[in-house]
Amino acid sequence: MSETTMESKAFSPTPSPGRELAGKVAIVTGGSRGIGQAIALDLACNGAHIAINYRRSAAEASKVIQQAEGIGVRGLAVQADVASFENAQGMVEAVVAELGGLHILVNNAGINRDSVIWKMTEEQWDEVIAVDLKGTFNYIRAAAPIFKEQGSGKIVNVTSINGLRGKFGQSNYTAAKGGVIALTKTIARELGRFNVNVNAIAPGLIETDMVKEAPEKVRELALSEIVLGRLGTPEEVAWVVTFLCSERARHITGEIITVDGGQYL
Amino acid sequence: MLLEDKVAWITGGGNGIGRATALRFAREGARVVISDLDEQGLEAAAQEITAAEGQVEVVVGSVTERSDVQRIVDAALAKFGRLEILINNAGVNRDALVTRVKDGEVRLMSDEHWELVVNVNLKGTWLCSQLAAVPMIAQKYGRIVNTSSIGALGNIGQANYAASKAGVIGLTKTLALEWARYNIAVNCVAPGATKTSMTAGIPEKLLEGLLGKIPFQRLGEAEEIAAAHAFLASDQASYITGQVLFVDGGISVGV
Repeated sequence: MSETTMESKAFSPTPSPGRELAGKVAIVTGGSRGIGQAIALDLACNGAHIAINYRRSAAEASKVIQQAEGIGVRGLAVQADVASFENAQGMVEAVVAELGGLHILVNNAGINRDSVIWKMTEEQWDEVIAVDLKGTFNYIRAAAPIFKEQGSGKIVNVTSINGLRGKFGQSNYTAAKGGVIALTKTIARELGRFNVNVNAIAPGLIETDMVKEAPEKVRELALSEIVLGRLGTPEEVAWVVTFLCSERARHITGEIITVDGGQYL
Repeated sequence: MLLEDKVAWITGGGNGIGRATALRFAREGARVVISDLDEQGLEAAAQEITAAEGQVEVVVGSVTERSDVQRIVDAALAKFGRLEILINNAGVNRDALVTRVKDGEVRLMSDEHWELVVNVNLKGTWLCSQLAAVPMIAQKYGRIVNTSSIGALGNIGQANYAASKAGVIGLTKTLALEWARYNIAVNCVAPGATKTSMTAGIPEKLLEGLLGKIPFQRLGEAEEIAAAHAFLASDQASYITGQVLFVDGGISVGV
């Protein structure tokens, strides 16, 4: 993953943003950059207070928090490694203490370490599974008792179309993202009776800094697959998350929504 | 408002989910055209929309007749000058076992029941999409939302309905592929068991068993399907095409 700081640019909120998430508190993991940043800011644009974690770059994270505060909501950045069970518990406790509750959990943090299977190292496998799959479990595990107790909550997991279809060179990533899909469905069943919506979004190739730095070949291949003929923006993914976190989607659970311009059809 | 100034045609807009969708769209700023065979239902829906200060055009017509469908499209263009959104909502069911064995006698689902359901649900979706796409192609903008059902996954007593609703999914994906180049997104909502006249007749005992299978342990509301229609028809869903969105309280999870 690139360590370049995201240039500050105009953020386009949901078409017709409202106050439908006013007073809600949301955790967005990996919310300091890319798709996660767009999700955090769009939730903020619709009234939610937001908490994001960061691993190393406190500067990036505090910039997002400042943007959120500029929108008029509260924000909190917590240093936490999503792969750590203790960190997840600690972050959820900190968010409840600082922001007064927890209503929305977006498991967005993810990494990739691509390699064909005959060259993949054990470290590459373990690292991706630890962040992308176990990280998602860690936060759901920490938030679930709160959601169960209050009889409401929204969980949105960010998976990938590659978790549905498989992808050359991504055995670790696709296994993790496929695992997130199954996890989403199981948790939807387990928490349904407590009125908790659990869904996932599966983006295709999205115009993030990470992708901007990818080889031209990667973009060209993706563009040849995408029927809408363009890459999606982080905001276009974020708008779908906002919908899923709103009462407009209150009867939707266990769904995997593909946001890919028809890349995987 | 989510659908400010958009012109939206909702088929089967006189009752149930279609009526809830038309009202929702009007409240979100859309100018709506509602079509239906039920003239009284249309009038009542139009009154609701007008009372909510919405603009509405009412056309009586069948989604299975090419001349009727063309007449509705023409009416939309004549009244509002554009057509940006089509909600293919009109649908019927005629439930029966394909073969029902009673007292040693085998009774068969009729051709009429097969043809009616497949015609309205599947051919109607095809026809309305085809004719609505003509102005959408010229505008280089369109949003079509079809209506499938959890029935598409198979349901005893609904061979005709299931086949038609599974067909709608294949149609949705194909139209998404064919029309992406014109900036027309085609998606599909698949409601679960929803409180409408279609489910009002479910016997108490069956209903209890059904609720036990729904993670949210309740039926859906027409308004909840309308909200999904509005989302997929809006620019909030600008990067979504060819998708099937189940709005079913989780009943289809794992099926």
